[in-house]
Amino acid sequence: MKELLPQTEIDSFKARAAAIAHPHELIVDLLRAIQAHSGWVPDDGVLLTAETLGVLPIEVEEVATFYDKIFRRAVGRRVIHVCDSICCWSNGADIIAGHLQKRLGIGLGETTADGAFTLLPTCCLGACGDAPAMMIGLTTYGRLTPEKIDETLARERAAIAAEEPQ
Amino acid sequence: MNNYPQVLFKYRRPGETILLPEYEQNGGYQGLRKALQMAPKEVCELVKMSGLRGRGGAGFPTGIKWSFFPADQPGDKYLVCNGDEMEPGTYKDRQLLLADPHQLVEGMAIAAYAMQAGIGYIFLRYAYEDCSQRVEQAIAEASTAGYLGKNILGSGFDVELHVHRSAGRYILGEETSLLNGLEGRRPNPRSKPPFPAQRGLFGRPTNVNNVETLATVPHIVNHGQIWFHELALNPESAGTKLFGLSGHLNRNECFELPLGITLREVVEDFGGGVRGGKKFKACLPGGASTPFLTAEHMDVMMDFNPLEEVKSRLGTAGVTVFDENTCMVAATRNLNQFFARESCGWCTPCRDGLATISWLLDRIEFGQANEDDLAMLKDQVRNIRGRSFCALAEGAMGPVEALVRLFEEEILDHIRKGQCPFR
Repeated sequence: MKELLPQTEIDSFKARAAAIAHPHELIVDLLRAIQAHSGWVPDDGVLLTAETLGVLPIEVEEVATFYDKIFRRAVGRRVIHVCDSICCWSNGADIIAGHLQKRLGIGLGETTADGAFTLLPTCCLGACGDAPAMMIGLTTYGRLTPEKIDETLARERAAIAAEEPQ
Repeated sequence: MNNYPQVLFKYRRPGETILLPEYEQNGGYQGLRKALQMAPKEVCELVKMSGLRGRGGAGFPTGIKWSFFPADQPGDKYLVCNGDEMEPGTYKDRQLLLADPHQLVEGMAIAAYAMQAGIGYIFLRYAYEDCSQRVEQAIAEASTAGYLGKNILGSGFDVELHVHRSAGRYILGEETSLLNGLEGRRPNPRSKPPFPAQRGLFGRPTNVNNVETLATVPHIVNHGQIWFHELALNPESAGTKLFGLSGHLNRNECFELPLGITLREVVEDFGGGVRGGKKFKACLPGGASTPFLTAEHMDVMMDFNPLEEVKSRLGTAGVTVFDENTCMVAATRNLNQFFARESCGWCTPCRDGLATISWLLDRIEFGQANEDDLAMLKDQVRNIRGRSFCALAEGAMGPVEALVRLFEEEILDHIRKGQCPFR
């Protein structure tokens, strides 16, 4: 298995934690760093965070499990968050979510068999003027149509194929 | 098209970000220079006299909040910018930070000086990575230019700003939950009192303000309270406000408009009217937690007090419009599902009450309800209001209460027909 986080980054977090009065404040940063590198936060990621910052594993876990954008279960190479809040709802979010499910062959909360995509519903993405919207990774896509979704998925598939396997 | 005076969006070019040289050319950091010539208390007083009210939803008078802050207390004191912006229908702060982020940095430097708080955090939601990068760039530029850091502009005052990137959940927008989030604790809200001004971040005095509120401060210091008052169309109010339009409008864009503008002008002139020539049925005037307005409210002023007089709120001024074909039970059901899912589960009225309301709205929408369910819905609203630990459930009751008050006939129609009449 690939490392959870490169040693240089771990060392840098250790140094930062030692320099500040409240190392807990780095928990979210470190969980996000592990997730950015490993895709999600396995149990070992919680332990690594605790050890690196000198805090208790339970203190990391109670933070990790609170946030919906920290993944404590394995996800696909790309996580698609499709908005189901009111502005997208009033602009056809159901059709958008339905199209994504059909194209990916999965339901909400599921991951494609090839491990490429996980599809999750999310609350408002702050793209209400561009509804309906979704987010892939940290990039927001607005004014979605089935055609635009197909193009975006094709682009992401090509990008995944060009990446190193995880 | 927008001929009203522009303050926050004056130099905005959508798709671009104004960097330091241009910001300075536009008069940037003159407000900070001016503020540093004043005593900290004078800055607080000026903001108080300006009539600025919080732009994040609650509308608390900013200067009064600042005057509660124990500026003279020794030791660490914090200024926190709330950039969680997760109320559905709200996307104004994102537009501001993408276009002209130095306004926030300058506003925070001034606010920090006014309250003698040397450490500032800018809390930004997960989805706003684009904003985080621009704010970090603005902080770096401002630090190099001496507007942040030690002894800023030779004043003897030190201030540092940090960006915190969050990881989701609407509850973080509640200020005490946000403080727990910043500390790296599980972000359930805290009980108040003690208020953050007494014991906030890391147990120290802390002031929390919204992005738009802080970004407005440099302009008030620069141009004065009379100028700020005169920006509003309502003589009892002050300033401009960013309105984010959404829903069934022709133009779903973000506009800077004077407080006191009528709903009609917002919807018809700026939103371009309801899409497809349909009739306006209702809107949320200021985000998902604000009670609905209907066509009879078209001439109400979009402002704090006038909206409270018609049992709603200005909230964040994210206006979401629904056309005549919208089922208001279905819309409320969607809104309540959001609040129920985002409940942190800490207190029973919110955790169980919102789930019960979801269940009742499902029954009504899908034609399984009788009049007892309507009575129970009213009962739930009555019992959740005023009884939850924080404002989340209180806000969730906004649209549900308005549904029962304004659209009872539509609920009864569902019950009588045994199905949604809009399907």
